[in-house]
Amino acid sequence: MGKVLMKGNEAIGEAAIRAGCLNYFAYPITPQTEVAEYLARRLPEVGGVFLQGESEVAVSYMLFGASACGARVFTSSSSPGVSLMSEGLSYMTAAQCPVVVVNIMRGGPGLGGILPSQADYFQATKGGGHGDYHLLVMAPASVQETVEMVMQAFSLAEKYRNPVMILGDGLIGQMMEPVEFPENYVVPPVNKDAWATSGMGTRKSSTRNLVKTLYLDPVELNNHNLLLKSKYDRMKREEVRFENYNTDTDYSALIVSYGTMSRVCLTAIDNLKADGLEVGMLRPQTLFPFPEKGVHAAAAKKSCKVVISVEMSMGQMVEDVERSVKGQRPVEWYGKCGGDVPTPEEIMDVVRTKLKQSS
Amino acid sequence: MGKTYKKPEALSDNYTHYCPGCTHGIIHRLVAEVIDELGIRDRTVGIAPVGCAVLAYNYFTFDFQEAAHGRAPAMATGIKRVRPDLMVFTYQGDGDLASIGMSEIIHAANRGEKFTTIFVNNAVYGMTGGQMAPTTMPDQRTTTSPYGRNVEEAGMPIRMAELLATLATPSYISRHTVIRPKYIIKAKRAIKQAFTYQLEGRCFSLVEIISTCPTNWGMTPSEALDWSEEKLLAYYKLGEYKTPE
Repeated sequence: MGKVLMKGNEAIGEAAIRAGCLNYFAYPITPQTEVAEYLARRLPEVGGVFLQGESEVAVSYMLFGASACGARVFTSSSSPGVSLMSEGLSYMTAAQCPVVVVNIMRGGPGLGGILPSQADYFQATKGGGHGDYHLLVMAPASVQETVEMVMQAFSLAEKYRNPVMILGDGLIGQMMEPVEFPENYVVPPVNKDAWATSGMGTRKSSTRNLVKTLYLDPVELNNHNLLLKSKYDRMKREEVRFENYNTDTDYSALIVSYGTMSRVCLTAIDNLKADGLEVGMLRPQTLFPFPEKGVHAAAAKKSCKVVISVEMSMGQMVEDVERSVKGQRPVEWYGKCGGDVPTPEEIMDVVRTKLKQSS
Repeated sequence: MGKTYKKPEALSDNYTHYCPGCTHGIIHRLVAEVIDELGIRDRTVGIAPVGCAVLAYNYFTFDFQEAAHGRAPAMATGIKRVRPDLMVFTYQGDGDLASIGMSEIIHAANRGEKFTTIFVNNAVYGMTGGQMAPTTMPDQRTTTSPYGRNVEEAGMPIRMAELLATLATPSYISRHTVIRPKYIIKAKRAIKQAFTYQLEGRCFSLVEIISTCPTNWGMTPSEALDWSEEKLLAYYKLGEYKTPE
């Protein structure tokens, strides 16, 4: 197909279709409404299902019902809308129903703002809803990476029978970048006869399927939780993804940053290098499971004096960074909320200041 | 002499957990009979609510999903949109449908989603121990209206059949009851009509069924039947409120 210049939100919609997901339920919310608008036009072209629900609450249950009867489904939303879906995601995870949810983060809390943020890290990685559950969370840093991650998300969601979240931000959603869709990338359909309520006749079975999350017996409920946990443990073993930048040098500081924030940090690192200061960066591509071992190893570098978590929040990922560093180095944080994306110059200042403070 | 009458295939052998005198038993049976008669068991998906009927899935022998409180119409929407060939019904109480789920039922009905809703209205929250419902009668005592429902503060009870019948989208909306045999026969006819409309791919269908809750009304089963005939039927009038024709 070649490279096409596409807006992030539209590329997300197209990626889902190419991955073989033709069912989309959603509600408009800035800054990701273009996903819905694009799919409202595109899905009828490919014989898919598009439905704008009455609220994100309703949408989360439309996804649940459709997924539970065996369909491949996805949605997109932004921070306040994801809050509304949190209960539904708790239910879907408990019921082991696959779904892909794209969160194009905006400023919060409350109504917040419509500019980019990374302030839903806790909500995404620690489970925004109730109970012991986790979403597999991926964090793209470019429109191209978003396209690739959306497609991988469907595969992972069905592999684990678990919701998968793509955590983007308003920049990813709104900006236009060159995109190349992998050729012939369709996630093969998975047989769900063992559990989906697809109709006994459809399965040619006399056994009915039940999708539920209620376990009144404490032993049963505990066993169910152990089963869910075993999936998260497997994710931690098999699905960690991250990228290192400039870590083959004797870097004095290690930046940990994800998404579009990491691109600003990249420029800062290049500029500092030109000034004679080596800084390394670890960019998590999965936020759950978090690259604990990678961060621990990168922080262990002899030359490294400080680890800085740079995120557009009031300090959320920094807690996981601290936990991973395990006291080897001081862990600092820099962040900005409101939607003003920090500039490379700001990051360069932060690095120099933190280094001075740590010596 | 052959068999005149038997347990529907769609009904399981499990003993139900419902209270003595609860009308859920009758309603479950009517739904199961209709499913058998229409021959749709192997493509039916039921959606259980949160409420006394949360365990409804234990009493039927076909695919079932369990919804979050009030959200069954949204789940039904999801299923019908991706699998229009499946026969889908929600089974909801008054808290589930008329309180927390008010938005979901109105929007599903308004979009004309082609599933069927069985709405069990017994003017109280049963499972959680007898709190006031949007359908509780004026001056009716419940655990959260111990002095009686005060309409100055809580408003008047909501008549869902009438409310949904005002929507312009074609649908089948009716209200029946199962408190006397003569009513049961009509209720079954309405339930069958509702499922038939779905079979034809016609429209959204809802049958509201005035029911009793002896336990939380503080009455014996037969007192509850009498009270509902006297008080509930006077306010919630039976009838066919809307047909798609």
